[in-house]
Parts: sequence; structure tokens; C-alpha cells
Amino acid sequence: MSKLVVASIGPASSVQDGGRPGSQRYGLTPSGAMDRLSLAAANALVGNEPFAAVVEIGPFGASFTARGGAVRVGLAGASRNADIGGRPVAFDSSATLAEGETLNLGFARGGSFSYLAIEHGIEGEPMFGSLAVNARAGLGSPYPRPLQSGDELTTKAASGAAERRIELPIASDAPIRVVFGPQDDEFSEENKQLFLDSEWTISATSDRMGYRLEGAVIKHRDGHNIVSDGTVNGSIQVPGNGQPIVLMPDRGTSGGYPKIATVITADLGRFAQISAGRPFRFKAVSMAEAQAEAVKFHALLHSLPDRLRGIDDFGLNIEALRDANVAGQAVSAVDVSTWQVALP
Amino acid sequence: MAEPLSPPRLLPSGDSAITVEFSRTIDDAANRRVLALDRVIAAEPISGISETVPTYRSLLVHYDPVQIGFDALGEQLLARAAKAPPSETGARRWRVPVTYGGEHGIDLEDVAKALQTTPDDIVARHAAGDYRVAMIGFTPGWSYLSGLDKFLHMSRRKDPRLLTPAGTISIGGIQTGVQCLAGPSGWHLLGRTPVRTYQLHRDPTFLLEPGDAVTFTAVDAKTFAEQDRAAEAGEFVAELVTP
Repeated sequence: MSKLVVASIGPASSVQDGGRPGSQRYGLTPSGAMDRLSLAAANALVGNEPFAAVVEIGPFGASFTARGGAVRVGLAGASRNADIGGRPVAFDSSATLAEGETLNLGFARGGSFSYLAIEHGIEGEPMFGSLAVNARAGLGSPYPRPLQSGDELTTKAASGAAERRIELPIASDAPIRVVFGPQDDEFSEENKQLFLDSEWTISATSDRMGYRLEGAVIKHRDGHNIVSDGTVNGSIQVPGNGQPIVLMPDRGTSGGYPKIATVITADLGRFAQISAGRPFRFKAVSMAEAQAEAVKFHALLHSLPDRLRGIDDFGLNIEALRDANVAGQAVSAVDVSTWQVALP
Repeated sequence: MAEPLSPPRLLPSGDSAITVEFSRTIDDAANRRVLALDRVIAAEPISGISETVPTYRSLLVHYDPVQIGFDALGEQLLARAAKAPPSETGARRWRVPVTYGGEHGIDLEDVAKALQTTPDDIVARHAAGDYRVAMIGFTPGWSYLSGLDKFLHMSRRKDPRLLTPAGTISIGGIQTGVQCLAGPSGWHLLGRTPVRTYQLHRDPTFLLEPGDAVTFTAVDAKTFAEQDRAAEAGEFVAELVTP
């Protein structure tokens, strides 16, 4: 048995996986990773199922030590300075800690959450089919709470397989796409337009339940109390103060504020990664476009094993260049800073 | 002849869920239609639906857009909503013990004062109610009950409490609630029940279903303490009156 021991870790770090949908009718929050693409990418790097349990690491630094044998890990999501015993390690790649070695991770750069997958997965007792931590409901395994220094994640010894990196589409900086509804008729056309025209930032008081937005004040037509109804990941509630709250995976299963719009599935992870204080905008799309994007996103999640490359294989990433051009961003596809390549 | 019922509204909740809305207000007839549609979908599943979440006035239908699109699913949901629902007979009825007032119901005196009556009258009215689980939501097992005596309708607290005890029985607006886990609440706390509507390693994990009937029985604090220990050990404590 190998173990990855948490040597140091910041807040908002916990074991997460695909979550536990299926009992929302009983008030059971699904939880699960904030950024599913990065969850699946980290798992693909070490040969796990896409939604296997991983360590979701919040914005602060963290370090992990291998005990009882070597441990192979995959790193994805918000990139960080990373090293194993002083050897630099790149994000979007796998690496192996020999017995006694420590993986050091710095602060998150250009995002909020990083994902550390462990080859062979994390041992635990699934609750409703999931190890994901939901501290309020006392759920999660091996610890039903955020991780702390000294916690041990048990796994099997590293396989010694060749390390891999994964080629992901270049992260888009485009506006976060939403579909209006279910209660957009509680808002005037002017206020819906204000919601789209405004620049927003995410408040530092945000958490895995919801991201509080700061920006314009969105007014309701007739008050902010509606009869509670069901919520989804990405529901954008507008409470009485007019500052929207976007509901995240630890959301309550029902809520009593009007929901002006919903973040589309394909953009949920990208939205979750926006750092507190960084300005962004929303863009409304049609249901047809949102569902076409959801189908593409599903295909991307399941194509990840095909995107694995040898760790030293840095051929020209034609696909990433094409994705960048398709997205029409004001970012040069050949700008060095858009490439997450940390050469040793 | 009964008037034909108006069809529900189909509201998009993103690309992977539809809110099927029967009413914009708390309305017992609408809630029965919500639960009826939920039963019809359970009896005649639609491929692509992953789960349904009944609430007071709407049914939230989670689905996989890879399998079915908004328009096709909407059509099928409207067709099912127009069908005669499976009968409600066989709905279960639970008798739930409650200890009212004192340290277990810290708002009882204030509620009595606000409604210009005695705490005993509040307890008598609350315990006499014939309730139905309209929805379960917010946190695991938090059951919202319809059927509260009109005399007990009062708006929620202006300053919600950040922490209220597990098992709290409270009133808010025109509803009463059975709360399972400790957590925030803006409702008025009348008492506590030893019943766990949610308990992880018990079978079933969730005791109440939307649509179940519920009545309350007042018990003293000593009985509460005994039943609380039994419940912690995995007993239901709540009495199933009809299957």
C-alpha cells in the first residue's frame, strides 16, 4: 500500500469526483468537482476513469509526501509552480513521487482550482456512489471534511508507466455563456440587458456552494421572494440586493430567489476557475447552441485518453491553434504565455 | 364536467434541466399536479431523464442533452402532464413525535405573543394539523409541509439564524417544516423531533417521500431524550400509520 500524506494544504481543498446526483428530490446536494474537464484530464493522465475521486486544491499552495511506496499523480486545472524534491513538474502531465519524496505546489495561477489525480484512485467508502466531500451533510471519504495536514490518502503502488502529458484546448477567455431562465420573466428587458452588458467580478466570499458576483444592481419586477423551486449547477439567483449568486456543486437543491439565467454546461468549469476580482462578462445563447455545446463538451470529456502524449513529445499543437482561432479570442496563439509548458 | 386543467409552463433551467411549472404561488392543487407528473414519469420513464425534483409548484427534470433535446423532451412532458395521474391511494401516513417549547422550541413564547394567544394554543393548533410533504429540499431531509393552520401563518424572521438544531420543527410563511440536519434557518422554532428524516447508514436512508401525509404528536422532553437515543441507533421513531 502506498499513501499520499498531506504535508500542508490551504482552505477549499477536498476530495471530489463526479459527485452524487440522483437524490436531489430528498435534498441531497450532488457536490463533485468544480471543473469537470480538469477532473477528467487529471484522471486521464494516470489511466483512471474520468470521474474518479481526486484532490481538488483551492487557490493556496499545498504539498504531499509519498509513504509506503511510490505514488504516481496527474496534475490538471489551474497551473502552479510545482516540483518533486526540487525537480520541476509541469501541469497537464503525470509525475511519480518516489517513497519519501514531496510534491510541492505553489499558488494557483490564472485559475482557482487544481486537480491532483492518483494512479489507481483514492481508497474510501463511497456514500451514494461517491467519495466527494459535502461537509454540511457529513459526507465524503476518506474524510467527510476539507483536507488537513496529516491526512492520508491510501492508494496502490505506482505502476512505473511512462509519464504522459495531455493536450487540452487552450482555455478560452470569451464571455461566460448563459441561457435565460427559468425566471427571467421576473426581470424587465432593461435589467436583462444590464445583466449582459455589465462587467462582473467574483467576490472573495464565494465558496463551493455559490459564487457571489459584484457589479451592477439587477432589479426585480415585483420583489425578490418567489416560491422555492429546484436549482442546477450554474443557476444564477438574484437576491434582494440585486447582486447575483451563481450556484455551484455544493448548492442547496432548492432556492427561493428568482433565477435570471443559467450558465451552460460547457462553460461551468471555465466559470468556476475565474479568480476572485478578475472581471468577466456573460453572453446569452440560444437553447439550441447551448445543447450543441453540451454535446461537444461531452465528446471532449470522453476524448481525453486520445489526447495523451509522451512527456517529451512537443509537436506543433495544430488542434490547440485551431481551437484558439475558432474561439476568436484577442490572444495570440503563438504567445508563449498561452502555453502551459514548463520544461525541466 | 370539470374544467380542463391549463398545461404547465416549460421553463429552461440551462441546457440540462427543464422546470415544469404548474403555478407561481404555493398552491396545494398545483403541488398535487407536480407530484402526479412525477409519478407518471416514474411509471412511464422518458429516455434521457436522469432525475426529477418535485417542489411546491414545479417539477425540475434533469436530463442529458446528448440523449434528448429540449423541444423533444418538452413535448413528452406536456403529453404526460395531460394524462390522468396514477391514483394517490396508498400514500403513506407518518406520526411524528415532537417536544414543543422550552430549550427545544425557543420561539414558541414569541410566536404566541405575536399571534396574541398562549403557547398551549399554538402547540394544540400545530399538533392538530393534517400535513402533506410538499417538497424536500435545501439540505438532506429538510421536509416542507403544506396544511398549516391559517392562524399560524406568519412571515419569516427578519434576521435568519445561522445555526438551528437538528430535528427542528418550525413554521415560516404558510408552511411548517421538519429539519433534519443542524443548519441556518429564518423560520420560527416551535420544537424538536427525534425523527431523522435522513440517516446515512439506515435503510431507507430517507424516511419521508414527497406526497407522504404527516401528523405530529406532542411528547415530553424525557420521551424526546429516550427516542433521540433510539433514533441515533437507527430506529425510525416515527410511526407509520398507513402503509
